[in-house]
Amino acid sequence: MSPQPPANERRSAAAVDAQYEAEAAEAHGDVTVDELDLAAELAGAGGTASEDVAEYALRLGDDALILSQRLGWWISRAPELEEDMALGNIALDLLGHARSLLHYAGTASGRSEDDLAYWRDEPEFRCAWLFQQPNGDFAHTIARGVIASAYMQELYTALSTSTDATLAAIAAKAVKEVAYHRDHAVQWTLRLAGGTEESRARMLVALTDTWPYTDELFRDDALTERLAGVVPAPSSLRPAFDEVLGAVLAEAEIAEADFTNRKIGQSSGGGRHGNHSTHLGPLLAEMQVLARRHPGATW
Amino acid sequence: MAAAPVLDIARARRVAAAVVDPEVPVLTIDDLGVLRDVRDEAGTVVVTLTPTYSGCPAIDQMRDDVLLALTAEGFRDIRVDFTLSPAWTTDWMSEAGKAKLEQFGIAPPTHRAGERQGPIPLSLGVKCPRCGSLRTREVSRFGSTACKSHFECLACLEPFDHFKVH
Repeated sequence: MSPQPPANERRSAAAVDAQYEAEAAEAHGDVTVDELDLAAELAGAGGTASEDVAEYALRLGDDALILSQRLGWWISRAPELEEDMALGNIALDLLGHARSLLHYAGTASGRSEDDLAYWRDEPEFRCAWLFQQPNGDFAHTIARGVIASAYMQELYTALSTSTDATLAAIAAKAVKEVAYHRDHAVQWTLRLAGGTEESRARMLVALTDTWPYTDELFRDDALTERLAGVVPAPSSLRPAFDEVLGAVLAEAEIAEADFTNRKIGQSSGGGRHGNHSTHLGPLLAEMQVLARRHPGATW
Repeated sequence: MAAAPVLDIARARRVAAAVVDPEVPVLTIDDLGVLRDVRDEAGTVVVTLTPTYSGCPAIDQMRDDVLLALTAEGFRDIRVDFTLSPAWTTDWMSEAGKAKLEQFGIAPPTHRAGERQGPIPLSLGVKCPRCGSLRTREVSRFGSTACKSHFECLACLEPFDHFKVH
């Protein structure tokens, strides 16, 4: 049974909405926006997505959105100012990918990118578990980043030749940016692994903690099978990913046995179907609170 | 029915082309290669822009600035479209734009993005826009905006931005 507030505190949704609107009106005062068309959003490359393509775009868009939200936390907290800027820039690129992908996903159901980002509840998100993982220490962020960017690099490379012109356009643009993200994560992986005993130990812990979320990225399912020929099969991206990661780890002098743990294995990860880790809920609460508290607010 | 006024599309193009980048105000959106097209679509001025990077926050400002500039010049039916394809590249930056960047203190892109540089990928030296020295060092690939990286000059010791080849 779900907990219910006492009867005297229970109010109709309409009454709550009315109160919010009244408070919002008060908070915003009589500020008006100019006459420019603020509703017009940054569109992708045009086109309307089919239901299946929309669901696929939602997966990719949510991956980018959630990782972007995670990375934004580092601004003012990274080990050095240059890293604040680097992680902030990466987050901004990812937000751009998320906007294009969610905009496109929304064309199938008449929803805007903001509707999708702010007004869906946790089970409606389609991001894989990797992107939800906490920032941890800096090494965890780097371990997550190297896996995420190596995956995205292969994904967007393959997707840039998609028969779906909009997905192809988004991917062709994103892949140039993800190359910087991968370079950043690889350089830090090498630096941490080859740094002090402490930094190497932390990098190994981070890889051990993060590696279980790799497998979910490369799983085919009914949706990707229906979209065969339009989007790459996730499993087809794995060999190239393994090759890149293998080269990075070899240079970092890290053996796979150093961070894979038989007892942990791979996470079952149900993100593509709306089953999420415990980490997503609090992230969404923070990300969505402003939009939900002040519906329709613009500035 | 009154005859529709003839749209001076060449003038509309000049007006749109003069709008500056809000982040790098020495460059117009034409110099930058962000302005892709200005055309007459049944009496509507249709301007097509492409963002530099996917997340560039300046693109919304550029759209508003184009609308305002054209409105101020008397154009009424205006639409600004965005396109992602073909993806923006610094190869579209004009030579005039590159010279203006350097004068402004930002090292321009060093070569064409599509250019093959031989079997060994070499990054060309980035010239310090202040003293002209090639003894410079990349401090961070990520600079003050998505399109720039952060350099320092080992000769004059000044930090500077470099517009990345992209």
